[in-house]
Amino acid sequence: MRSFHYERAADTPDAVAACAAGATIIAGGTNLLDLMKREVVQPERLIDITRLDLRTIESAEGGLSIGALVSNSDLAAHRDVRRDWPVLAQALLSGASGQLRNKATTGGNLLQRTRCYYFQDSAMPCNKREPGSGCHALGGATRLHAILGGSDACIATHPSDMAVAMTMLDASLDIIGKDGASRRLRLRDFYRLPGDTPHIETVLQPGDLIAKVVLPPPAGGRQTYRKVRDRASYAFALVSVAARIELAEGRIADASLAFGGIAPRPWHDPAVDRLLVGEVPSAALFARVADVLLDGAAPQEGNAFKVPLLRRTLTATLNELCREIPQ
Amino acid sequence: MTAFHKMDEPDHRNRLDAMVQGVLGTGMDRPDGPEKVTGSATYAHDGQVAGMLHGVMVRATIAKGRLEHIDAQAVEALPGVRAVLHGDRFLRNPAQGTANEAPVQGSRDIAYLGQPVALVVADRFEQARHGAQSVTLRYSEESASVAPDAETAEVPDKKQSSAGDLAAAMDRAAFCVDAVYTTPGHNSAAMEPHAAIAAWEGDLLTVRASCQMLKYNVNELADALGVDPEHVRILSPFVGGGFGSKLGISPETVAAALAARALGQPVAVALSRQQVFEATMRRSETRQHIRLAADAEGRLTGIGHEALVSNLEGEDFSEPVTQATPFLYRGENRLIGHRISRVNRTCAGSVRAPGEAVGVTALEIAMDELATAAGIDPVDLRRRNIPERDPGEDRPFSSHMLRAALDDGAAAFGWENRPQGGARQGDWLAGCGMSSASRVNMIGKSSARVTLHPDGTALVETDMTDIGTGTYAILNQIAAEMLGLPPARVKVRLGDSDLPKSAGSGGSWGASSAGSSVFLACERIRQDIAERCGCDEGTLTLKDGMAIADNRARPLAQVLAGAPLQAEGEIDKGKTSEAVRQATFGAFFAEVAVNAVTGETRLRRMHGSFAAGRILNAKTARSQCLGGMTFGIGMALTEELIHDPRDGHIVNHDLAEYHLPVNADVPQLSVNLLEERDPWANPMQAKGIGELGICGAGACIVNAIHDATGIRVRHLPATLDKLLEGLDRLDDLG
Repeated sequence: MRSFHYERAADTPDAVAACAAGATIIAGGTNLLDLMKREVVQPERLIDITRLDLRTIESAEGGLSIGALVSNSDLAAHRDVRRDWPVLAQALLSGASGQLRNKATTGGNLLQRTRCYYFQDSAMPCNKREPGSGCHALGGATRLHAILGGSDACIATHPSDMAVAMTMLDASLDIIGKDGASRRLRLRDFYRLPGDTPHIETVLQPGDLIAKVVLPPPAGGRQTYRKVRDRASYAFALVSVAARIELAEGRIADASLAFGGIAPRPWHDPAVDRLLVGEVPSAALFARVADVLLDGAAPQEGNAFKVPLLRRTLTATLNELCREIPQ
Repeated sequence: MTAFHKMDEPDHRNRLDAMVQGVLGTGMDRPDGPEKVTGSATYAHDGQVAGMLHGVMVRATIAKGRLEHIDAQAVEALPGVRAVLHGDRFLRNPAQGTANEAPVQGSRDIAYLGQPVALVVADRFEQARHGAQSVTLRYSEESASVAPDAETAEVPDKKQSSAGDLAAAMDRAAFCVDAVYTTPGHNSAAMEPHAAIAAWEGDLLTVRASCQMLKYNVNELADALGVDPEHVRILSPFVGGGFGSKLGISPETVAAALAARALGQPVAVALSRQQVFEATMRRSETRQHIRLAADAEGRLTGIGHEALVSNLEGEDFSEPVTQATPFLYRGENRLIGHRISRVNRTCAGSVRAPGEAVGVTALEIAMDELATAAGIDPVDLRRRNIPERDPGEDRPFSSHMLRAALDDGAAAFGWENRPQGGARQGDWLAGCGMSSASRVNMIGKSSARVTLHPDGTALVETDMTDIGTGTYAILNQIAAEMLGLPPARVKVRLGDSDLPKSAGSGGSWGASSAGSSVFLACERIRQDIAERCGCDEGTLTLKDGMAIADNRARPLAQVLAGAPLQAEGEIDKGKTSEAVRQATFGAFFAEVAVNAVTGETRLRRMHGSFAAGRILNAKTARSQCLGGMTFGIGMALTEELIHDPRDGHIVNHDLAEYHLPVNADVPQLSVNLLEERDPWANPMQAKGIGELGICGAGACIVNAIHDATGIRVRHLPATLDKLLEGLDRLDDLG
């Protein structure tokens, strides 16, 4: 068998030291173990962080601090999340299955790997798995793949629903570096686009450990997560929209949107949010928003449908959030 | 003592209805249920033996070519690895159902990506898996044909037929349909992956495997190994789903046996889920050109059904797409066409009702199109087209229950009061659809042994399998009914090739065939008892362990006087298979909601009414229908093998990306089973129900989508991308 070292971190410095020395973090294992069995990833050293004290959800800075080891189930069920950030609960519950959500952690969810068929099959070329080997998705089956943000080297999508909601909410990460110091990073700045280096997916440095996700204070308006997929449950998003719209006197006072299933990372386009603010909701406005969002879209033959699908889903979501609420 | 019966004449005696135990036909729980839910039932890979080694198969990573070199040395140097095995006896692909001989063998010639080409054996499973993933293969690659091609396809004479002049009928028709439908490949996706544990004792081989048809599998395995079938024993007491994928012996079983012989130790080989997708049978994708011609009243004057399917070079099987078309509806001008394209893709074979599952589905979408064109209610259109005789072969039907199923289904569903098609609730558009079901009925030669013990218990033995269908229950019920015993006093032994040879599970013939053999054995035992009681078998009553004759009741124990009674029953098909058209029928009804924004379809409810002769167990029969309807949901909405356009390999080779319906996709399903006795089928007057529930099931959903949106989907599955353009047009209509 392919042997690897397994260690259990006693505390955070222990975990950070192991990471700095090249260990791969394992928490819930819902993604990593599958990939290891198929030798898609072949870590030589695992550091198990499940005993670390990172399971707390608490109010902080007017928002919410979520430990990296909080399970997807616990986070979705948390009273504050359901009350103040319902989009996040919706996104979490639209992903995976009950069993998986019980094991999967907040930090692990952010770092899950793409479901690209060719990444998942170690016999196929994949620049993400084996830099320089080529992208077999290009010219292959692309139903799951990106229409925005891809490159000639990679058109894989990020599969997380949770991360799309957190991107929309403008969450931040508290990351502990190898020097032991904590730094804060916006999730919107966390993921890298593939470019020529699709194997580097985030800005994390060796030794970095995600300790917390911090949600900003609850914002006004209404929010929702709309996931469109090929079956009613247990399927990854073809497209998804996380949106928050705040209306005042018939105009959009504030807006935040993020999208899943269409790009190598949870997709946030500040121009889209800006375009909405100050405007009166209308079909024409939403069409313009879709135009801006999809400007530069580069679909493949197998996923060209995502362009009209995203346009339609975006419009319907905005319609829903801008609809007058019957008093 | 064998009671042999060949079905040369209809059996009108209806003996089972004269029995009084009152067990047969009830929804008796499966006797094997507790073992299954507690995990004590031993499936193939559960029967692990001491000193067992583990094997993991290595796949070819090219679509076509010759394997020039396997770097075995490097892998054999890995910790725990015992051997890297390959050679002329390894299977290229599984045997087709009832092949009775080995399929194409040899590791050298590669015909599809995913073909097993070697086996790595190690002390532990993880070592073998790593070894298999570490093997370096060197090929000389050849150019492959990875997509079906109509131009170069074979056109076998025997599979073409015509009567009258279809083209003329189309010209004259008041209403017609002329369209092409496609269905993608499917995988059986049985819960239990294919697995085998092989052990030799001298020349004798015992294999625990996941098999549907042991009688054939023994011969296939023996042929593959080059040994005497008498020296091969297969055990499959429990099978975690087959759906056709375990009809013939498959590569892991032969590999386990070869490895066990080479290494002198038992060897277990289980396929991974990915390997199940790549190296066991797929259902061929189909392209179906359907033409329907009808007069002004909607009566069919012509039916054309021409299919293009694919398979590997050298495989006899080709998806029998048009199997039900010759007899389902009337029409004097008929054309059946069948072409087979040779491709370098995973072997095509039997998957969940080969033929009718996809063929009736396409035909029933076409019938819906005809109903729309003619402005005739779709149920009524079918009623108008029920033939008096089998129009394809001009012979009578043994029974034709389509009208009864249509009537019953329409009433149960509330077809007359269904919601208006296109009615909108929020973003959701409602629609209803229906379709007919039909499946050919068969039996196969089948034997069973029944022993009535002096203590008043009975033992039923046959090599028949229970693949989740309920065989343990129904054979128990047949024996209990015939011998007048409470079911708890009947024990059924299955899945051991040393037992009397049955037809096996497949083609919906298992219950009829194996069940009839049990019936015959029991009838012989009844005759013995009658003789001892001094009465005619026809006047003998057996109930609750008592033999009642001439108004006198005696315990069976007293009749048997300390010695068991044993009989073997054997059934075989005869002239009734040819003299009449035997088929099962049904009707499906569905209500869907289609999201007007995204094109997502959600099934709201679905009903099926089915007629399959005598129902042996109301619960397991219903479960079979529910399973078939669920697969129909998959066929209509979600399931599709996606082949890479360059090398033909199945890219979505796991249950995350091959979308079987999940619970959330399956709403309330209801099933009605209609009373029927078919004396032409077998002495039990029962017909196969295993596959009926899928044969046409997808069409009612696709037809409901049309009712909701006006969009006709002819290329399954009806995923949302196929509706978007049509929804755009709906938007414009405002």
